[in-house]
Amino acid sequence: MSEFVPKIMAFYCSNCATSAAKVSHGMSKTMPSNVHMIHVPCTGRIETLHLLKPFEEGADGVYVAGCQHDSCQYIGGIAKAEKRVLQVKKILEQLGIDPGRIEVFSLSAALGYRFVDIAWEMTEKIRRMGPASMSVNP
Amino acid sequence: MIVAEAKPISEILTMVKGLKKVLVLGCKGCVTVCNVGGAKEAGILASSIRIAGRKEGIMVDVGEHTLERQCDPEYIEEVKDIVPSYDAVVSIACGVGPQFLSERYPGAKVFPGVNTKFMGGAVAHGIWSERCAGCGTCVIHYFGGMCPIARCSKSLMNGPCGGSSHGKCEISKDVDCIWDMIVRKAMDQGRLNDLLEFRPPKSWTTARDGGPRRMIREELVK
Repeated sequence: MSEFVPKIMAFYCSNCATSAAKVSHGMSKTMPSNVHMIHVPCTGRIETLHLLKPFEEGADGVYVAGCQHDSCQYIGGIAKAEKRVLQVKKILEQLGIDPGRIEVFSLSAALGYRFVDIAWEMTEKIRRMGPASMSVNP
Repeated sequence: MIVAEAKPISEILTMVKGLKKVLVLGCKGCVTVCNVGGAKEAGILASSIRIAGRKEGIMVDVGEHTLERQCDPEYIEEVKDIVPSYDAVVSIACGVGPQFLSERYPGAKVFPGVNTKFMGGAVAHGIWSERCAGCGTCVIHYFGGMCPIARCSKSLMNGPCGGSSHGKCEISKDVDCIWDMIVRKAMDQGRLNDLLEFRPPKSWTTARDGGPRRMIREELVK
């Protein structure tokens, strides 16, 4: 039986997280191929429904990578994202799904290695949890 | 506005357990303003029901629709072609919505998706506070524009009780003593004597005590 490879959706902002991604690229660090990245102008624009949809479509985990609290150029983007991630954690908990399947991270432009490490850490954590849903029978 | 809060999703899942087609019906009225029953929240609830189905390996067909209001028959009529095609409707309007739906579509299973709390307003973003008890005979002008029926824990009409302390009610430090506010405002305005004026006991016949209420305005009746 082949090893379970989790499907993970990552939202990352166009400022700090993108800069971190560029730094990681320069360090030749490789992202896991199972993490699908969605680039957003600011994590504050990510709605609760945006975070739920991937689970609805079969994702096993979701995470948001944004700026640090004192460096969001839109002032409170990452704080808003944190609140929405918390709301989704509560929803998942009520659905009997491990709330650890969704996380939020703050990055600075200098943390290139961390950008890639987060993707690997989430992959490993969710691989241990197993699939979020059963295969759907129409 | 009428303020409501979402029911626990687990409670809603129990309601729709075993059903294959569920319609989540939002309302663009008060519940949209208090962020509990509008199009956005209908999307979140519908998505949650789908995720719960997927977790169990079941494909639940969850539709979403949001009406202008669920407290007017002409808007309830708008879903006449879609309601019969669903096994159940979860209305996330206030308690009026699911009742209007049940009355118009007697063959449909209708479930309430929110708990209706009170009539009030937003005192800050994300914080709502009760302001009106719907007693049917407004008397707030006697009390500096503040309602002791809705805002005093005991609905006292004649001054603060012994539980008033430093402007707060004894039930919680988060609850202002409305009588403290009424008296202070009267003092600030130099109208403290107004509170000493004799008034007969309030008639509660216009409140819920008089039974379910109905209002007819002849000039509007067709």
